[in-house]
Amino acid sequence: MRGTTRTVAVAVMSAAALLAAGCGSGSGSGSTTAGKDGGEITIHGCTPENPFVPANTNETCGGNVLDAVLAKLVHYNPDTAAPENDIADAIETKDNQTFTIKLKKGYKFQDGTEVKAHNFVDAWNWNRDGKNGTLNSYFFDPIEGSADMDCGPGADKKPDCTAHPAKASKLSGLKVVDDYTFTIKTTEKVSNLPVRLGYTAFAPLPDSFFADGGKSFGTKPIGAGPYTFEKYDQGSQIALVKNKDYSGKFPGHADKLTFKIYTDTEAAYKDVQAGQLDLLDSIPTSALAGDKYKTDLPDRNLNKPVGVFQSIAFPKATADPTYQNKDLRHALSMAIDRDTIIKQVLNNTKKPATGWVSPVVDGYKAGACGDYCKYDKAKAKEAFTKAGGYNGTITLSYNANGDHKAWTEAVCNSIKDALGVTCVATPIAEFSDFRKQINSGTMKGMFRTGWQMDYPSIENFLAPLYGTGAGSNDSGYSNPDFDKKLTEAAAATDPATANKDYQDAEALLAADMPVIPMWYSTATVGWSDKVTNVKVTPFGTFDLSAVSLK
Amino acid sequence: MGTYIVRRLLQMIPVVIGATFIIFVMVFALPGDPLAGKCGERPCPAAYVQKFTEEHNLNDPVPIRYVKYMGAIAKGDFGTTYQGQKVSDELLRRYPITVRLSVIAIVFELVLGVVAGVLAGIRRGKFIDNLVLVSTLVIIAIPTFVIGSVSQTLFGIKLGWVKPTVSSAATWSELMLPGMVLGAISLAYVARLTRTNLVENLRADYVRTAIAKGLTRRRTIGLHTLRNSLIPVVTFVGADFGALLGGAIITERIFNIQGVGGYIVRGITAHDGVAVVGAVTILVLVYLFMNLIVDLLYGVLDPRISHD
Amino acid sequence: MTDNVRTVVETTEKEPADKDVPRSLFSDAWRELKHRPMFWISLGMILFFVVMAAVPSLFTRGDPTEAILKLGSTPPSSSQWFGRDLQGYDIYTRTIYGARASILVGVFATLLTSAIGVVIGVIAAFYGGILDTIMMRITDIFFAIPFLLGGILFMSSFPNTKDSTYFAVVGKVVLVLSILGWPSIARLMRGSVLQVKPNDYVQAARALGASPWRVIRSHILPNAWAPVIVVSMINLGAFISAEASLSFLGIGLTYPAISWGVAISDALTYIRTAPWMLLFPSLFLSLAVLAFIMLGDVIRDAFDPKTR
Repeated sequence: MRGTTRTVAVAVMSAAALLAAGCGSGSGSGSTTAGKDGGEITIHGCTPENPFVPANTNETCGGNVLDAVLAKLVHYNPDTAAPENDIADAIETKDNQTFTIKLKKGYKFQDGTEVKAHNFVDAWNWNRDGKNGTLNSYFFDPIEGSADMDCGPGADKKPDCTAHPAKASKLSGLKVVDDYTFTIKTTEKVSNLPVRLGYTAFAPLPDSFFADGGKSFGTKPIGAGPYTFEKYDQGSQIALVKNKDYSGKFPGHADKLTFKIYTDTEAAYKDVQAGQLDLLDSIPTSALAGDKYKTDLPDRNLNKPVGVFQSIAFPKATADPTYQNKDLRHALSMAIDRDTIIKQVLNNTKKPATGWVSPVVDGYKAGACGDYCKYDKAKAKEAFTKAGGYNGTITLSYNANGDHKAWTEAVCNSIKDALGVTCVATPIAEFSDFRKQINSGTMKGMFRTGWQMDYPSIENFLAPLYGTGAGSNDSGYSNPDFDKKLTEAAAATDPATANKDYQDAEALLAADMPVIPMWYSTATVGWSDKVTNVKVTPFGTFDLSAVSLK
Repeated sequence: MGTYIVRRLLQMIPVVIGATFIIFVMVFALPGDPLAGKCGERPCPAAYVQKFTEEHNLNDPVPIRYVKYMGAIAKGDFGTTYQGQKVSDELLRRYPITVRLSVIAIVFELVLGVVAGVLAGIRRGKFIDNLVLVSTLVIIAIPTFVIGSVSQTLFGIKLGWVKPTVSSAATWSELMLPGMVLGAISLAYVARLTRTNLVENLRADYVRTAIAKGLTRRRTIGLHTLRNSLIPVVTFVGADFGALLGGAIITERIFNIQGVGGYIVRGITAHDGVAVVGAVTILVLVYLFMNLIVDLLYGVLDPRISHD
Repeated sequence: MTDNVRTVVETTEKEPADKDVPRSLFSDAWRELKHRPMFWISLGMILFFVVMAAVPSLFTRGDPTEAILKLGSTPPSSSQWFGRDLQGYDIYTRTIYGARASILVGVFATLLTSAIGVVIGVIAAFYGGILDTIMMRITDIFFAIPFLLGGILFMSSFPNTKDSTYFAVVGKVVLVLSILGWPSIARLMRGSVLQVKPNDYVQAARALGASPWRVIRSHILPNAWAPVIVVSMINLGAFISAEASLSFLGIGLTYPAISWGVAISDALTYIRTAPWMLLFPSLFLSLAVLAFIMLGDVIRDAFDPKTR
């Protein structure tokens, strides 16, 4: 989610690709020379969209900063994305519904207070509370009692916390057992709950947060992470310094981290070339073209697959019923020459999708889409004829403020060439207008969609996108068999069984094809000659515990 | 003259109110919904939408919101953006940078443009005239983005004379290169305008008379003709100053300058009426003052133009 | 108008006494123009572009919508003179077919902005007083509307659908550029007219009871329109490029229109790897602008009463 939102924030200002990234091997580390501790490292940053409140931070500009400041129960392994315990000492469950969390002792917030069980429970209650109206409240929906935290509907059917306050101000599923233990009870079975707990919104909050409802916290966040927030100079930079009291396993090497704010990655790229910026997490398209960055930044660049899946969605039947024929959907998918588009237009920064789940998560199985995602003009034409053709013009809408013009046009040309039907890539000026039409179910014709995982789980690529009535089910897909498989997977106590169930669910999508899988993204990053040991996480961010000055 | 200035100052009140109202209405008439894009590929939670709407008075009809907004402005409160930042802080930070940038651009285009225009004008049809014409064409044909990006690579990376991007302090010296890039296009206009008017005025009766009376050619050009030829240039540059203040979007982006242009664009894309109107209100005031100055300059450059 | 006014006026303009054939401004200008090679050269170039815009198939047998992606970004060669762009379109064919939209946008936006600007500017300056105040303050308000805001709002109020005709798509771009582009012309015109108005011949014509329309047409316009012609001709190029920035925002020309501006804007990202993508459309753009600047120059010369 964060990545896609970030696309809006930054792409508005720039012609540069954001989710676009490099190709190549997925090896984790850049250079292996031992670095030294101390010093200052500057990192490409952008203007945060919201105050630094974890529950209200859903984009990378603020999120990357918060991730260095906050410690969470689990930490994602920068190579494998697997969750590793951070503040948590143990997360135990027997039935995927009641989880007991034991905390390590000795973690301290940067204001000196110790991290205790109530800091989690209070934080999550606040985050989910209807009257606080947070952006990330839906992360807490699986917890028992979450529905009672919503305010009742007022006269205009919108939540009205004054006239109809919520039934509860605490999640009934959260219980503090002792200072270092608490339990979570979920409404339904959730086999991958521990994986989710590394997301920013699950971070513990110090007692001082609640004194003014997060107001002062929003300008100077306090966490138990490796770096302490020093100050935010509007439009210029965000400075962090090393947390001397940090007791966790993932400390950083540099004494100071400075996120320098840019509106355009082109400018940031020039600064990396000139040694004015150390770490850049997205190389601009102009430098990706012809692999220029490899000569501009020799041995100072890296590609790594990230948890981003991009697709072309079909409109909801209520808005535009002309794309419901499954043969038509298959014909369109097989008419797209993904390999050539990736090579010619996307500078090899993507991998052709063979299914709906990103390869970076546990449980990924290649080939779920089968032949339907392979370019084959003859088969495409055959399916197209079987579907009875398409009467009129096929459209593919995209938001013009992202870097989508070139590839959508190439996709349309490919469809035109294979099927002999008119296809037009249609820009919609703003992301907000684009999403409004999709969310309200009025979008006609095909449209682009992109998904960055919230947490590294196969479930995150399926349930929120294709489950009946799910939040991001843009095509209005509904398949009882698919929903049933998801429920089974969530109940499975054995991870292998759960993964198998999710894979079965994914396989069901091939026949119905609610969205056409396009490609998986990789991140292409670059750095200055001052730093070493640069690693990139499957989220496309830098592993700040690895990088150091030379 | 005094009453004229007072009258013009009084006229600013309805213009500012009118312009801000129109822009206020326009921002809120934009298609889409500020909250539709805020949560990426999923709709925002209902409770968040509700809280956001209340915090920013989005439930009120636009005219009422406008009245509330102007009431606050009258008290010096420019409001708070959707990102929770005070607009006045942002404007105080960004306007000085943008003004410095625009002043450099204006001085650059004015000095170089007038010199080029005069040279081309007095040597009409000769080599220098054609050189100015060709340079003009080159400037027009090459997009600002290319001029900016190439000079940035050349001076910032290859030669290392300057830093490629401008720091948050945005000092005069850091803004030199961006300012010249920004002024490049207008330079073409100033040069052509000066040349054409000079050529035309050199043919006017009074110039012939002056020459007939024995005044030297140089003195004629300096005293009479150039002064008279500058009226369109002054008009153009006056308008250009305002345009550059709010419209240096590409240059700001290339050199990572935290200016007003980018701020307005960001406000428009976020449908953040408070941010846009705040920034534009000041722009309108600048336009109005620039126009007043330009009108007063008319009288100085050509005493026959009076304002009473 | 009566004949005696004309005589008076012509004497004040120091017309050569050529009483046998009473000549109009136009026949004068024509006599002057037909002896100027510059006039014929520029006219020839413009005609060339107009033919290209009207019947592109005369110049190429290629299909501008044929994209061979596998050949994307191939450099110029004997079989494809201008090379291919990112999508694998033949740049030569695209550049030929792009002439139509670009010339239409450039010429009509220039005409419309000049027309609006000249009318407003002349009326404001000629009548002065309250009319001047109202018109110039309206101009200020229009000037204050950010291009992005006005552009998005206009285009989303009249959106292109997949069934929009070619001329509707182009016409909307012309309209939006004109609505937002006229204020600077109006100011320029006003400044010029203010400078011409105090001249004896204007005062004499007015004193003799010539109608305002006649005074404006015969005495003010020919003496005051030089700056507007200069700026308009440069604007022509600027509009062709501005169309691209609209398209870049997703609110400009859409399918089936092809244009130089869009080609230029698409090429910017690849300037380091495929400079030919930028070179050819830019070259055509500057040649077209050159032709119009030259034509503007000779026409202005020919119509200038001071040359006679």
